[in-house]
Amino acid sequence: MKKITQLLILGILAFGLAACGTTGSTGGDTTTGGTGGDSGVSGRSLDKDLLSRKLIHFEYNSAEIDDESRRIIEAHANHLNGKSIRIRLEGHADERGTREYNLSLGERRANAVAKIMRALGVEGSRIKKVSFGEEKPLRKGHNEAAWSMNRRVEIAY
Amino acid sequence: MLNSLSKVVTGFGFLLCWVSAQADLSIEITKGVKSGLPIAVVPFSWEGKSRPPHNISDIVAANLARSGHFAIIPKKDFLSNPHTRKDVIFKDWRLLKTEALVIGEIKQLGANKYQVEFRLFDIFKEKQLAGFRYTVGRKLVRKVAHQISDIIYEKLTGESGAFNTRIAYITKQSTASGSTYKLKIADSDGYGPVSLVTSREPLMSPAWSADGRKIAYVSFEHRRSKVFVQNISSGKRSLVAQYPGINSAPAFSPDGRSLAMTLSKDGNAEIYVMNLATRKLKRITRNPAIDTEPAWSLDGSRLVFTSDRAGSPQIYEVSASGGNVRRLTFEGSYNARPSYSADGKTITLVSRSRGRYHIAVLDIENSGLQIITSTLLDESPSFAPNGRIILYAAQVGGKGVLASVSADGRVKQLFKFRDGDVREPAWSPYNRELQYKE
Repeated sequence: MKKITQLLILGILAFGLAACGTTGSTGGDTTTGGTGGDSGVSGRSLDKDLLSRKLIHFEYNSAEIDDESRRIIEAHANHLNGKSIRIRLEGHADERGTREYNLSLGERRANAVAKIMRALGVEGSRIKKVSFGEEKPLRKGHNEAAWSMNRRVEIAY
Repeated sequence: MLNSLSKVVTGFGFLLCWVSAQADLSIEITKGVKSGLPIAVVPFSWEGKSRPPHNISDIVAANLARSGHFAIIPKKDFLSNPHTRKDVIFKDWRLLKTEALVIGEIKQLGANKYQVEFRLFDIFKEKQLAGFRYTVGRKLVRKVAHQISDIIYEKLTGESGAFNTRIAYITKQSTASGSTYKLKIADSDGYGPVSLVTSREPLMSPAWSADGRKIAYVSFEHRRSKVFVQNISSGKRSLVAQYPGINSAPAFSPDGRSLAMTLSKDGNAEIYVMNLATRKLKRITRNPAIDTEPAWSLDGSRLVFTSDRAGSPQIYEVSASGGNVRRLTFEGSYNARPSYSADGKTITLVSRSRGRYHIAVLDIENSGLQIITSTLLDESPSFAPNGRIILYAAQVGGKGVLASVSADGRVKQLFKFRDGDVREPAWSPYNRELQYKE
């Protein structure tokens, strides 16, 4: 019983934090959402739009998460908070560089996404992180267009 | 071949099978040398039913040509085709300006019994440098051709040959219904591939044990990385690492008792050494950065590995008991996947230069880094056991292929397999199994 109360409090706290995060970042950026100057966009529909995006992309040899990706992760975290759904974060790298190093890089990317989710209250025990390194590219090409698509974390639940 | 292999198939578990593949391979020398010791290899005589199992003289000539140390005299120039010592007319061969001559015979002695004899001559001294006779089953005839190549190489260069060895590699074939990954083993020249493991999920990082009898690898079956060790002849395998996080980059210690690998069970990629008998782990690195791709020194005292602890991936060395970490590369923004040469003086690795990934050789003593390949995405370099040739993976026409380069960068060749992406070659240690009589 005590445990449940603790979880609830944590959940509420996290929800609060997440809500702040979302409003803060949406307010500061006018280029996302895809609806241009439509001032009628509500926070909810924006979240829904973000929730439809399950790929987080990265720069070369980097696990840094940019503002736009952060909003996607936050939307998912908010959506998942308080639920018991298990989440799978699959990290990937582009084909450049060595395979074993890229396996670790894919994991580092999955860890970066998991860290944000946990900070927003999603229990670590519900998050399963795996890395496929460069072994499972989304795009086949050998150019930056393909590489930028392949450097990713896939959020699945 | 199929008959003898079918015996091995019984007892194989999930995912595992031997497949005798066609020789869907052509080898192209993409960069050669004009100089080299002139040598003539006379087609061996054949006594037996139908045709000999393999064309030994062609295999030997191709091996010697690829080493970069020899200039092969064209067969059409030969004035005679001797098979025994008494038929050799030395002055004829001197006219062709050849310095060495190889002759031989193959005889079929029984249903599965062949006798192979060969002799190597010094043309100027009119002296026999080597002469050997082998009696083998059909399956070993090709190995005999490689061993003959090794003996010739040793007698004429004074160095150990590495033709009678094998290579392991990974292939990926994609169809509309998904991809199929295979771990294959073939002769050092790419012929006679057999599949050791087949999976619908990625296979990675094949690594030989020092006795050449086992292979460790990473398999993503069940959609996460696990490390297996598999006996090559029996096909039996054991799961050695399935810790939370990644399980990768296995490397057998030279004494075969330990396996170095990369695990992230304690939070991020670190190098561990597992005692294979007790399965106990010893943690070697302790750093919030990525530490991976361990490879052993030949005496087993040190490990070389990749770490991005200084911001970009660079090569480091650590004592095999942990401690005494030393950075080895300082040039360039990306140096990774190191392995020692046989004499321990150099390391081959992948180095990025102007956005391209090349194979490089590092001189440990003076930190000099020499880039020896020129294609765009070269990776997975692996020294031949004699340290003279490096096998690696490259991309040609958007397809993964194997290529090799002499350690001095002078001779290059491409192994063109008919289909699929081929990657992650690993050169076996020396093969001591074949016996011969002088």
